[in-house]
Amino acid sequence: MLKVVSNADEAIRDIQDGMTLMLGGFGLCGLPENCIAALVKKKVTGLTCISNNAGVDDFGIGLMLKQRQVKKMISSYVGENAEFERQLLSGELEVELIPQGTLATRCMAAGYGMPAIFTPAGIGTEVAEGKEVRNFNGKDYLMEMAFDADFAIVKAWKGDRMGNLVYRSTARNFNPVMAMAGRVTIAEVEELVEPGDLDPDHVHTPGIYVHRIFQGVDYEKRIEQRTVRKNI
Amino acid sequence: MLDKEGIAKRIAKEIKDGYYVNLGIGIPTLVANYIPDGINVVLQSENGLLGMGPFPFEGEEDPDTINAGKQTITTLPGSAIFDSAMSFGMIRAKKVNLTILGAMEVSENGDIANWKIPGKMVKGMGGAMDLVASAENIIVAMQHVNKAGESKLLPNCTLPLTGINCVKKIVTELAVLDVLPDGGFKLLERAPGVSVEEIKLATAGKLLIEGEIPEMDT
Repeated sequence: MLKVVSNADEAIRDIQDGMTLMLGGFGLCGLPENCIAALVKKKVTGLTCISNNAGVDDFGIGLMLKQRQVKKMISSYVGENAEFERQLLSGELEVELIPQGTLATRCMAAGYGMPAIFTPAGIGTEVAEGKEVRNFNGKDYLMEMAFDADFAIVKAWKGDRMGNLVYRSTARNFNPVMAMAGRVTIAEVEELVEPGDLDPDHVHTPGIYVHRIFQGVDYEKRIEQRTVRKNI
Repeated sequence: MLDKEGIAKRIAKEIKDGYYVNLGIGIPTLVANYIPDGINVVLQSENGLLGMGPFPFEGEEDPDTINAGKQTITTLPGSAIFDSAMSFGMIRAKKVNLTILGAMEVSENGDIANWKIPGKMVKGMGGAMDLVASAENIIVAMQHVNKAGESKLLPNCTLPLTGINCVKKIVTELAVLDVLPDGGFKLLERAPGVSVEEIKLATAGKLLIEGEIPEMDT
């Protein structure tokens, strides 16, 4: 199983201008930091990025936005990135804001080989514009299509050389469903282990979904909002 | 009049033992601090956690453990972590018993607008549309009037909608109201020191007042 690559640069070697990428993470949590840095370094442009958020101005996808690498974002919430909001309001950046559950489920559909899903999210709102509505058991649902992404780039806690992945805490979020959905899936992990080190019962993403895996380095794991409670 | 804490405290009274609850950003997160003693509640965080606990102590923050508002949190015994598809799956399949969220506007037939101010605030809807489209029990925490004194409980929402015919109950700084299935706000309780007249003036949508309206028990 020649899935192991040395680093992010090698992992993203064939990502080209104009491609559609899925990027895991929720806020700044569970971000594929090494691959994002490599994409920034490689300066690929014209990208369509499917990711729940856009990071902040100097971390996450915000770094790619600063370099104008993103042509279109498909996200559910972009509130924490001022540059993003500016590019959106000025028309420089094409944005599709979609409900978070729809985003997750369209990834899931791709990974489960289903061409479309039905969800009530967005019925009666601008999200429903141009979409087919079907009624099931007296309730209206929107038909939403499975995503088609050239690459899915995910971050996991541990992975083995066969591509099996385990995630940690809420850094899991979109990573498992995106891992299943990319035509090619790249996984960066905090610890690369040998086959047999991971208990099969505890694997979150079976290696069949993962094409390239590498041991990541220097994770910043930035905290977006450090909130604490007092010791009484 | 109630302040934010007061609104949160009143909403917390609606939570029943054994409930799975999703709390939105803003005033709803404060509800967690007022869950009545002796009842068991599991808080769902839409980014993939059941069993959300309080903020960590200083020095114990875990960057991998955050809530839907991107704040560092802890997990309680009996927690479970899952991915984003399962998270919204359990919401859509109505396993979450109660959703509490904020609003900019609510209409008399239960429409809610809480995600976009065209040209000014276009941050995105996050999980709000999924929550309002699926939850059977939706309580809104909101200001009754805006800073200019204009009512936010309207005949029709003017802002882009998050969902239609979905809000069941509203708690504001002035009142507790139900949204009736046939349309209209039904006044249930007055906030301390607030008169029915004040509430009438603050409500642009159809308001039903039946009998003596009690003052909130605080």
